[in-house]
Amino acid sequence: MIGGIPLSDVLLASGALFCIGIAGALLRRSAIQIFLSIELMMNAANLTLLGYGASLPSREGQIIVFFVIAIAAAEAAVGLAIFVALFRHTETIDVNKIHLLKW
Amino acid sequence: MSAPLWLIPVIPLAGFVVNGLLGTRLGKRFVSVVACGAAGLVTIAAYTRVIPFLSGDGAPILETYGSWISVGDLSLDFSFRLDPLSTLMLAFVTFVAFLIHIYATGYMHHEATDGGYARFFAYLNLFLFAMLLLVLAESFVLMFVGWEGVGLCSYLLVGYYFWEGYAAEAGRKAFVVNRIGDYGFLLGMFAIFTTFGSLNYTEVFSKAAADPAKFAPGLAIICFCLFVGAMGKSAQVPLYVWLPDAMAGPTPVSALIHAATMVTAGVYMVARCNVLFRLAPEVMLFVAAIGCFTAIFSGIIAVAQNDLKKVLAYSTISQLGYMFLACGVGAFTIGMFHVMTHAFFKACLFLGAGSVMHAMSGDLDVRHMGGLKAKLPITHATFLIAALAICGIPPLAGFFSKDAILSASFEHGGYGRVFWAVALFTAGLTAFYMFRVVSLTFYGRFRGTHEQEHHVHESPTSMTLPLIVLAFLSIVGGWVGLPAVIAENGNRIGRFLSPILVPIAGHDAVHEALPHATEWLLMAVSVAVAAAGILLAWKWYAKEEGRVPARIAAAWPGLYSLVADKFRIDELYDFLFVRPFEWIARFLWKVVDVLIIDGVLNAGAFLVELTGDFLRFLQTGNVRNYALSFLIGLVALLLLVVGAF
Repeated sequence: MIGGIPLSDVLLASGALFCIGIAGALLRRSAIQIFLSIELMMNAANLTLLGYGASLPSREGQIIVFFVIAIAAAEAAVGLAIFVALFRHTETIDVNKIHLLKW
Repeated sequence: MSAPLWLIPVIPLAGFVVNGLLGTRLGKRFVSVVACGAAGLVTIAAYTRVIPFLSGDGAPILETYGSWISVGDLSLDFSFRLDPLSTLMLAFVTFVAFLIHIYATGYMHHEATDGGYARFFAYLNLFLFAMLLLVLAESFVLMFVGWEGVGLCSYLLVGYYFWEGYAAEAGRKAFVVNRIGDYGFLLGMFAIFTTFGSLNYTEVFSKAAADPAKFAPGLAIICFCLFVGAMGKSAQVPLYVWLPDAMAGPTPVSALIHAATMVTAGVYMVARCNVLFRLAPEVMLFVAAIGCFTAIFSGIIAVAQNDLKKVLAYSTISQLGYMFLACGVGAFTIGMFHVMTHAFFKACLFLGAGSVMHAMSGDLDVRHMGGLKAKLPITHATFLIAALAICGIPPLAGFFSKDAILSASFEHGGYGRVFWAVALFTAGLTAFYMFRVVSLTFYGRFRGTHEQEHHVHESPTSMTLPLIVLAFLSIVGGWVGLPAVIAENGNRIGRFLSPILVPIAGHDAVHEALPHATEWLLMAVSVAVAAAGILLAWKWYAKEEGRVPARIAAAWPGLYSLVADKFRIDELYDFLFVRPFEWIARFLWKVVDVLIIDGVLNAGAFLVELTGDFLRFLQTGNVRNYALSFLIGLVALLLLVVGAF
């Protein structure tokens, strides 16, 4: 129990969030939306870590989350910079139109 | 002052190096001086050793210059040997080579560019180096080095006019046919090493002579292998086919290498190994039979040839057959005697042919010549002397050596009588074909073109001088080996060479000399046969201008063309060996190499390419496809971890 919420609910919420992220990453065509979906998946993982971290006698899970958030911030900066560069180059961020590594 | 033995081969080697490296830059005059200087110096150096040796007791002199090969059981010194046999070879090889070098400066003057001129003389000096190595060697291995060296020079010089396809082909043929013989020689050497544990002459021969019963069983195969080597180098049936083609080389080369020196290396080797051969009587019989057959066989071919040098080439093969006949009936010293006299008169004949060729602007067909006697008096006189010498007319050189061979084979008894009869017939044949070409070349009327007739001229002094010296030697060269019936102690060369016939334990070397009356009779018969051959040829070709032979040829056209085509032996070999070999080569090329070896590799590469062709469709370049496959892989892994499979 974490503040009255059972762990199973937290994990279910985290799983749902992850599946939404996957669906978004696979189905959206805009690179930014894919990127946001990936962020969503990452936060689902964070939620799992928080849930276990609160219910177990260890604090390590909650500590890892801080690292993940910090790294995600850096990653977001790099990722968005790539999209800017990509857009300047191809004038689109539709991933279906960017397939240079084809056969 | 006498030269050390090592200096003798080194002098021509130095000449080769200088002419080979610098000759093209320094011009013809310099090249001639270096080459002839090397040949002259080596002659002087050789004679500083030969002359003291002649007055000595004939004991071999060995000079060792340290260890050469030392591997496992084999230990060889680098050493030279001076004994009566090598002294004899040394004496005439250097001197004849010197004369031919001088001749070549005149002969090659017109035709060669500066580069070719230097190349020619460099090779000629290299040949002399290899030949002297062969002669002076004290072991079979060192002899083999010289043996291969002279073969190489023969190849290089036969193919001197390599831009003419036929010369390059003749060189290649000479090399390949000689390789077959060399293979036999190598096998013989291996067998000698396994039998005697050594390859030094002294050791091998003394072991064989001391204990013949122990070594005799293996000697037949050893001697046979060695003789195969001699067959190749000395152009005996069935390996003679390269020598007539070798006439594609310049004439001084034919005179030096393919008449006087290199081709006698086989006889020299057999005489050198006489201890081994004497212990293998069945091989001796084989040697004599091959020699005898070669003599008559090539003599018959020579009768129908129209190329002057080809006639001389077949005559050389025939005379080499005589030498092997002598060795085969045990008369090694007589065989070597004939080697020496043959070197004089055959070199003279070849150089004479070269002089005729020079005058005829390169034409060698005797049908185009005739009446050259007036235009080429010196060439005519020397050629005539040498021809009389080869026919065996006393008192010229060839008479004594050839008559000694005939009486030695007569003396041998048994098969020897058959050999004697065949050799006697061949002597008549020799006289006939030699005077056929003499008559056609120098007598009658000129049959060539008008330009040729206008151009005909005597050769320069550099060419006629060696001819005169060699003709002189063709006269007196035989006087060192007078038979006992003429002068009791006249056979000086026989006595000089006798130390090479090492006595073998349990084999008494006594043989009864023929009664004097028989000897005189044999001599008279052989002279009569030779004279008959000469007179017949003279009558048919000089007096009647070839009407009788033309009628004979017309009466039996098949027989005539068979002989004129050299019994079609080349075609036979082509059919038996060359063509099957080409088929095998073609099979290995087209089937084994292209189809199997390349096929396996290409099939592997094709398979990889094919797989790649299918797999590359997975690379869509679309990020979301990759993400999907990533997800599928992840799910599969998760299921695997939770144990769903």
